[in-house]
Amino acid sequence: MTRTRLSGWGRTAPTWATVDQPTDLEALRAAIRSAGERGVVSRGLGRSYGDPAQNSGGTVLDLTAMNRISELDLDGPSVRVQAGVSLDTLLRHVLPHGLWIPVLPGTRQVTVGGAIAADVHGKNHHIDGSFGQHIVSMDVLLANGDVVTLTPDGADAELFWAVVGGMGLLGVVVEATLALHQVETSYFVVDTDRTPDLPSMMQVLAAGEDLHRYSVAWFDTATTGRSTARGVVTQGGAARLDDLPADLRPHALEMAAPRLGRVPATPPFGFVNGLSARAFNALWYAKAPQMRRGEVQNLTQFFHPLDVIDDWNRVYGPKGFCQYQCVIPFGAEETLTHVIDTIAASSHVSSLNVLKRFGPANRSPMSFPMPGWTLAIDLPTRRGLDALLDHLDAVVVGAGGRIYLAKDSRASATTIHRMYPRLEEFSNVRSRVDPTHIFQSDLSRRLDL
Amino acid sequence: MINALGHPQHLLLLGGTSDIALAIADRYAASSPGLHVTVAARPGERRDQARQRLESAGCSVETVDFDAADTSSHTAVVEASTRDIDIAVVAFGVLGDPEEAWTSVEAATELATVNYLGAVTIGVALADRIRRQGHGVIVALSSVAGERPRRSNFVYGSTKAGFDAFYTGLGEALREHGGRVVVVRPGFVHSRMTEGLEPAPLATTPQAVAEAVVDTVRGRSEQVWVPGALRGVMSGLRHLPRPVFRRLPL
Repeated sequence: MTRTRLSGWGRTAPTWATVDQPTDLEALRAAIRSAGERGVVSRGLGRSYGDPAQNSGGTVLDLTAMNRISELDLDGPSVRVQAGVSLDTLLRHVLPHGLWIPVLPGTRQVTVGGAIAADVHGKNHHIDGSFGQHIVSMDVLLANGDVVTLTPDGADAELFWAVVGGMGLLGVVVEATLALHQVETSYFVVDTDRTPDLPSMMQVLAAGEDLHRYSVAWFDTATTGRSTARGVVTQGGAARLDDLPADLRPHALEMAAPRLGRVPATPPFGFVNGLSARAFNALWYAKAPQMRRGEVQNLTQFFHPLDVIDDWNRVYGPKGFCQYQCVIPFGAEETLTHVIDTIAASSHVSSLNVLKRFGPANRSPMSFPMPGWTLAIDLPTRRGLDALLDHLDAVVVGAGGRIYLAKDSRASATTIHRMYPRLEEFSNVRSRVDPTHIFQSDLSRRLDL
Repeated sequence: MINALGHPQHLLLLGGTSDIALAIADRYAASSPGLHVTVAARPGERRDQARQRLESAGCSVETVDFDAADTSSHTAVVEASTRDIDIAVVAFGVLGDPEEAWTSVEAATELATVNYLGAVTIGVALADRIRRQGHGVIVALSSVAGERPRRSNFVYGSTKAGFDAFYTGLGEALREHGGRVVVVRPGFVHSRMTEGLEPAPLATTPQAVAEAVVDTVRGRSEQVWVPGALRGVMSGLRHLPRPVFRRLPL
C-alpha cells in the first residue's frame, strides 16, 4: 500500500490516495472492509480522462493484477475473465480462435472492469450497442463483502444495469463472462470519403449507417465558413478471408498492432497549440483520399491509430488537456451545427475530433450513448476553456443531450444531474447496496453523486 | 473537489469579512455556479453583509463563528464544515497602530496573536484536514511588509515575516499529502484595513489581488506578488544596505 498521486488520462486535477493492488478476492474484500471514511474506488489502466478512478484521501484499488483469462467457450462463443484484464490482452488471447470482442473503444488499453464501469462504445454502436450489452454475467463484490452474480435479465437486473455505466460506485466487478463475435480475419474492409463540409459529412454518415457495421468521421475544427467541419468519413466491416490479398491470408488472425515507441517524458510545455493543431488538421484532411472503396486496413489503422504510441497524452505538457464528448439527440441537428460552429470560431483548436451516429440506448440509467450524434474533441488546458465548455454544456442540456462521464473532468454537479434524468434511479440502487457510500471517488464528490 | 480547470466547489474564508477574501469569493462565484462558501468570522453586521453579498452572487453560504485570537477553537472552526475544503483563504489580520505596537505590551500581543499565532494554529488545523482529504489549496495572504522590516511598521512586518515563513514551509510539508499552499504577497491594498492611510507606491486593490489569486491557484505557482512588479522591487530592497534603506521614504 503506497500513497500515490493519481490523475486521469487528461493529466489534470491530480490528488493523492492510498493505492492497494489486491491479487485475489480475499485481499479485495479485506481492502474494502478496512476502508476509511474516504472510501474506495477501483482503477484499471487509468484511461478515463478525468477523476472517476481517483479517490483523494481514500483508497484506490488497482485491479490490474487480477487479470486471469479462463474458460474460453468456442461454441458460445464467450470468455470468462477477471476484471483487470485489458482488452488488448483479451483480444490477443481470443483472436487466434477466430473470435473478436464485440465492442472496442478508441483504445485497447482499458480493462474489462473499466469498460463495464464506463459502458464504453465503439464505432459499431449503431449496430452492436455498448459494452454492457455483451456481458453474459458478472460477479460483483458489494460493500457488505458479498459477491453477487448478476445477469442482464436475472433476479437483480436492476443492479446489473446500474453497475453498467455506474463508474465503479456500486461495487467491484471481480469476474465477467463476455459474449464474443466470430471473425475470419483481424482486418477490415474500409470505405473512405472526404467530405467538404458538415452537411455532406452528416449525410454520408447517415446513408452509410445501415450498410456498415463500423462508421466514424474525423473533422477539422480549425476551418470556419463554408468549410467548417470538413472531414473524412471512414466506414467498414470485418474483412472475410477472401477479402485479403493472398500474402496476408496466412496471417489473417494475427494482431497487427505495432508499437512505434512512447513519449518518454512530459515536456515543460505542451506541443499541442493553435498552430500545431491547425497544421495537423490541414494535413490530415489533405492526406485523405477523395473517395476510396474496399481498402483493407488492419486493426491499428482502422481502430486504434493512437495505440501505436504509448503515453501520448504527455504531448499536452504539464497542464494536461480536456476531452469533451457529448451526444446530441437526432432531430437537434441545429444544435450540433451550433456546437461545431462555436468550437471552430473559438481560439481553442482540437486535433482529435470525432463525429459518429449512436444507435439505441440500453437499459442502464447512467450509460452515455443515446440515439443521436456524438462528438468528441481534445482541447489543451488554457485560459478560456472553462467558459467555452460551460457554454457547450448549456447548449447540450438544452437539446436534451449529455456528456460522457468517462471523458469529463470539469462539469458541474448541476449540469450532470440535468443531463442524466435517471440519476435518482441510480442513486436508489446505490443506497440499497452501499448505504454508507464505501464506494466513492473524486468524480462522485465533484458531481454530488 | 477542484475541477480540471481550477474551479472549486467549496471555499472557506477565514476572516471572511475581509475585502480581499470577499473579492476572491466574488471571482470564483462568477465562474463556478453553485459555489458553496463558508464565511468564518465574528458574528455581527459585517458577517451578515458578507453573506448577503455572496448569496446575491449565487453562492450557497454557511457561517461559522471565528475569533482569530481564540486559538484553542481553531480546530473546531476548520472541522465545522463537513464538505471537503477545496480552497481555504487565510485572510484575517490586523494592522494596529505602528507606534503603539512596539511600545505597548498589550498592542504587541494582540498583533502577534492574531497575525502570527492565530495564523499558525489555523494553518495546523487546515493541514490536518488537507492530509485527510488528500487534496486542497490554502491561499495565505502574506504581505511585502514581511520581506524587509521597515521602521514605520516593523511589528506588523515581523508578524507577516513569521506568517510567510510558516505558510511557505507548510506548502513544502503538504506537497506529498496532496495539498498546496499559495503564498500571496500584496503591497499596499486599498481596503478597510488601510482606510485613511497614505497609499504606498504600487498600491493595488482587493479585486486585483483576487484576480492574481485565482490565476495562481489555477496554475502551478506557489507564490505571487501583487502587483507582479513588486517581486523585482522587493528583491532589490532586500539587498539595500541598511543606511540607504532607512533613508527611503517608506
